[in-house]
Amino acid sequence: MAKIISDVVCPFCGTLCDDLEVKVSDDGKELLEVYNACVIGTEKFLHSQAEDRLTVPQMQDEEGNSKDVSVDDAVEYTAQMLCNAKKPLMYGWSSTNCEAQSVGHEIAELVGAVVDNTATVCHGTTLIALQDVGVPSCTLGEVKNRADRIVFWGCNPAHAHPRHMSRYSIFPRGFFTGKGHKARKMVVVDPRSTDTAKMADLHMQIEQGRDYELLSALRVAVRGNPLPETVAGIPRETIQEVAETLKSGRFVIIFFGMGVTQSLSKNHNIDMAISLTRDLNDYTKAAIMPMRGHYNVTGSGQVLGWQFGYPFCVDLSRGFARYNPGDSTSNDLLRRGEVDAIFVLGSDPGAHFPISSVKKIAKLPSVCVDPHITPTSAVCKLHMPVAFVGVEEGGCAYRMDNVPIETRKVIDAPEGVLSDEEFLKRVLTRVKEIKGVA
Amino acid sequence: MEAGKEKPAYTKACGIIEMDDADFKRLGAWRNTNVRVTSEYGSVVVKAIQTTQGPHPGLAFIPMGPWANMVISPNTYSTGMPTFKGVPVKVEVAEDEPVLNSLELVRKACKGEI
Ligand code: SF4
Repeated sequence: MAKIISDVVCPFCGTLCDDLEVKVSDDGKELLEVYNACVIGTEKFLHSQAEDRLTVPQMQDEEGNSKDVSVDDAVEYTAQMLCNAKKPLMYGWSSTNCEAQSVGHEIAELVGAVVDNTATVCHGTTLIALQDVGVPSCTLGEVKNRADRIVFWGCNPAHAHPRHMSRYSIFPRGFFTGKGHKARKMVVVDPRSTDTAKMADLHMQIEQGRDYELLSALRVAVRGNPLPETVAGIPRETIQEVAETLKSGRFVIIFFGMGVTQSLSKNHNIDMAISLTRDLNDYTKAAIMPMRGHYNVTGSGQVLGWQFGYPFCVDLSRGFARYNPGDSTSNDLLRRGEVDAIFVLGSDPGAHFPISSVKKIAKLPSVCVDPHITPTSAVCKLHMPVAFVGVEEGGCAYRMDNVPIETRKVIDAPEGVLSDEEFLKRVLTRVKEIKGVA
Repeated sequence: MEAGKEKPAYTKACGIIEMDDADFKRLGAWRNTNVRVTSEYGSVVVKAIQTTQGPHPGLAFIPMGPWANMVISPNTYSTGMPTFKGVPVKVEVAEDEPVLNSLELVRKACKGEI
């Protein structure tokens, strides 16, 4: 007989679904099945069961051959590396719990590191825009219960956040949205006819990288002012139709993703999207929300925010917190060669950073703390395998709408495998010894 | 890609470039051929497949991952964010060149072997 654990939280994407059920063996050691999760969520749970999973730390020599080392050696290497570096970069933090982030920040303060999270290649530009113009936002609960005009701008939840539409944005019947998707209008803006776009009532197939123009045009249309014949490849009539659709709603929500944050105009796109939201509030209620990717990248921003005052790229190397995107951000530091050691936890810059930055990582003393074998672990000197947070370890995570949710431990980690938090605590203790602080 | 980035499934999902039928014609290649994609910033071999979310002639798509990162623009323009989208590229047929898996690709690129 196996037991079923209910109300499990999925630790994969920022949707942080909290209605999963997991079937585990009686001894609580084996995870058998996952219910309610989408394909990627299920895969994450099942991957923890992989037979070829790494459980022993790996150290690479000059030639790139790895050998097993003990956890004590791994702690020692990490602590020494961080203490000996002038300005180490401690990057990642998005696939772990807030508790581990907090311990990491304590280490960073002691060794004078730069702490940066995956927002740097994801919604960092959003954070910059928020600081420039503010943000009228809401929770996903409000979206479910109130929103009747849904915009997906430069994001593709059908693939990246598979249950977002069914749980919150399009299909659910909420308190004031009893008709579900029938009473909602869905607008998608994407240069590709994505699977999300195919479901939309209105799809604006924008020319790549022209988001700023189209957003401005929408603001013009919302105010009823004249427009040129086409903007960003979209005919005037369509833009006006979208503007009217949004104005006629009772609650507009704009979700946006990498399509706007990563293209050339970056934070200015988001400035404009937020300004559009603000304008819409003259006619109806409107809110805007970034589609955060990693399940706890939002939490990393929160923890950094309450500890140091800034949501990402916090430079502690001078003994106090500085924040200067473009200067203290990971890719800029790496490109300019301004950091001399790399510590990665809960992220995969090897796969997500431009190759020029990855080459820099490969040349430096480096530690990768990750349950998976990844392109990052392939180039880092030390790979420390850890437990899967949200599967083998609980802890707090923040959903994309900044709602904290306590994740659940459903099974035990393999023997001898530490959690992120346990590993960091041991490194912290050793760092304190080396630095001679109590 | 939770099943493991060292596995063939990752290469199959991200070591690709999605192109329109019209662009396959212009390239003079069949679908599912290996192609070399080159930008101002680098070059990489990926498999060209028919776009799944088209049509978008003239626009090609490589999913986020180490293959895309060989060619995207590392310029952040003081935002910290590399320019992942809208990078002009040249696509050439490279039938005889293999698509490397993610670990090989990153290791070789770091050693300067490709
Ligand atoms: S939508 Fe996201 S959080 Fe929900 S089950 Fe899928 S991967 Fe997990």
